[in-house]
Amino acid sequence: MRDCRPILLLEDDTVDAMTVKRALKELHILNPLVRVANGEEALVYLKDDGREKPCVILLDLNMPKMNGIEFLKVAKADEKLKRIPAIVLTTSKDDQDRLKTFQLSIAGFVVKPVDYVKFVEAMRIVNLYWTLSELPNSEQESANEKLQANTAGRR
Amino acid sequence: MSLLKPILLVEDDFVDASTAKQALQDLRVRNPVIHKTDGEEALEYLKDRNNDKPAMILLDLNMPKINGIELLQIIKTDTGLQQIPVVALTVSKYEQDKLDTFDLGVAGYVIKAVDYDAFLRAMDIIIQYWAWNGLVEKERETNNARL
Repeated sequence: MRDCRPILLLEDDTVDAMTVKRALKELHILNPLVRVANGEEALVYLKDDGREKPCVILLDLNMPKMNGIEFLKVAKADEKLKRIPAIVLTTSKDDQDRLKTFQLSIAGFVVKPVDYVKFVEAMRIVNLYWTLSELPNSEQESANEKLQANTAGRR
Repeated sequence: MSLLKPILLVEDDFVDASTAKQALQDLRVRNPVIHKTDGEEALEYLKDRNNDKPAMILLDLNMPKINGIELLQIIKTDTGLQQIPVVALTVSKYEQDKLDTFDLGVAGYVIKAVDYDAFLRAMDIIIQYWAWNGLVEKERETNNARL
């Protein structure tokens, strides 16, 4: 990816999450992978100011508690979270899922190939694209925050 | 995919538009390309029910009349258009432009390379990514093509 912030993965299936991790490793993608099992856990992570915001979010759709679409509805209405590109990674070929998630301003909808080699190829392209594309950099934001913190510390 | 939806290119600069069209042709993209020269023209196209809704939009930011960010805002708040992915293709490196477009739901922000080979490589990545999204298609290369 373009920067070294973590990638947040929303995936309830442990085997699928391991497959993503393995593919990222194989592609030498150095971003730490933070995996959560559903939308609820993802929001807890994202709203914790002590945790680094991810550069991108990869999400499955079918998950218990809070599914992918429910998660997107909350995240994309949140001023602090909506700018983080969210890419759906799913086995669903449902046109309604595609339409609903694109309406919620996702930045990609990749149907997971069952074949591992093809899956790695898909992830390779996802990584190339999000390395080419600029990201809403919070560097400036964090720099400002640090500055504020320093100033506050001096007072 | 039965019928390929067009790629909408919104670009006021004649040379940049020609370059983008050339790249799409060189990459053997099968989707038709529709070019509009500013946000107003693009909006007219998008609002006309007789026109095919684009598979995706490649959007310049600095344009007269309605600029890219304004157009993006209109698209992303229109329930009939908001599902169309928009990729900003721009020379602007302003952090504020990146933040504004991502806040509005842009699906990529690519800074245009001046050198054609670099631009073509970037377009290739964009096309491959949206092909994985099932929205664009490249012509299948035969075994002896491009040797």
